[in-house]
Parts: sequence; structure tokens; C-alpha cells
Amino acid sequence: MDVLYFAWVRERIGLPKERVETNAITVTDLIEELRAKEERYEVAFSDLSALRVALDQELSDFDAPLAGVREVAFFPPMTGG
Amino acid sequence: MRVLVQDAPFDFGGEVNTFADAAGTSDGAIVTFTGVVRDLARGDLDVMEIEHYPGMTEKALIKIAEEAMQRWSLGDALVIHRYGRLAPGDKIMMVATAAPHRKDAFEAAEYLMDYLKSRAPFWKKEITGQRADWVAAKDADEDALKRW
Repeated sequence: MDVLYFAWVRERIGLPKERVETNAITVTDLIEELRAKEERYEVAFSDLSALRVALDQELSDFDAPLAGVREVAFFPPMTGG
Repeated sequence: MRVLVQDAPFDFGGEVNTFADAAGTSDGAIVTFTGVVRDLARGDLDVMEIEHYPGMTEKALIKIAEEAMQRWSLGDALVIHRYGRLAPGDKIMMVATAAPHRKDAFEAAEYLMDYLKSRAPFWKKEITGQRADWVAAKDADEDALKRW
């Protein structure tokens, strides 16, 4: 699946988008896999209360299942307007 | 209903006039709001950089506008939101609502503002000569959604 990062999440991880091969069942499982990869992911995902997730461009939850999902995005709380 | 996400500036007066002229004769009330880049307290803001999530942004704004059209008796609604690099004083976004009566027009405009502040995927960064800081979301903005 494609994993996208925005705002300071993108800056901490150092890229806007990557292709991830995973068998993660939920968003939380995917986050655990990413955190185990490298220090920069560990830093970006250290405080989940400061993060939001969207699945296929719809705001979602960390315990949501990933079955059939093609695009996951992680970002801080939004500041539009 | 019209939703625009763009990096180019928009003509606020022109948009309001076009919107008002297109409103039906049964719409007796038109409310508009525009958000402007505010300088920092120190007066040293050079640029406000607005990042967004292409694709999701448009979908989220359309969903919010459709919800407003359903909840209030609106003749029409308009949302324009910019992204990219803006300077203090630049207009970031605008909403306009047309309704038979002003209560619907005002309430729907506030609803649009409250939702697009914390449910549309935009992120603001304030850049000065010394530093660049992401603007943090405010609890008050999240709380504002509860009244709807």
C-alpha cells in the first residue's frame, strides 16, 4: 500500500510518500512495523495523540482494519481555515 | 454548491458578486466570511506556507458543504481555500452561503468554518527570518464541533 506523510510527520520521516509491503491487520499494527524500521519513524510515531490517520482519504481510527485499503496517510491535527 | 482548492489568489469581491448574482430570488440572505493571514505578535511573519492533501482535501470540503446544504435551508454554498506560500494580509479562504433567511445563512457559514478548520486536511506553517513553526491545532477548534 502507499503510505503518505504530511506536515511535521513528513519532515520527521524525511519523505512524503512510500510504498510499504505489509501484512498488518490494523493501523496500529502498521505503526508498530514502521516504528521498528528506523529511529526517524520511532520519533515521528512516539505520541499517537498528536497524530491523525486517513484510510483511502477518509479520516479514520488507529484500530481500523487495513483490509482492502490502498492508501494510508499520517498527519498532525488539521489547521485549515 | 462550489468547492475550489487552489494556489492562486482569488478575487474576494468578484466571487461575492458572482455568488450573489447567481442566487435565486428566493434567497434573501447572503453571508460571507474570509480568513486572512495574520502577522505574528512580533510582526515578523514572512510567509505562511499551507500544505494540503490533494484529493482528500477536495473530498472533505465537498462532504462538509453537502452536509451544510442538507442541514440548513440553503440555496447555495461556496468554499474557496488556498494552499502554498502566502504573505501577511493575503486572503487564505472564503465561504459564502445563500438562504431564504439570515439565520440559516449565518449558521451554515459558521458550520462550514468550524468543520473546515479541523476536518479539512490543511496544515499551516509560519516562517520568519529566524524560524519555521507548524501551527498547532487548538482544543477550542475541536470543541467548536460539539455544538453541531
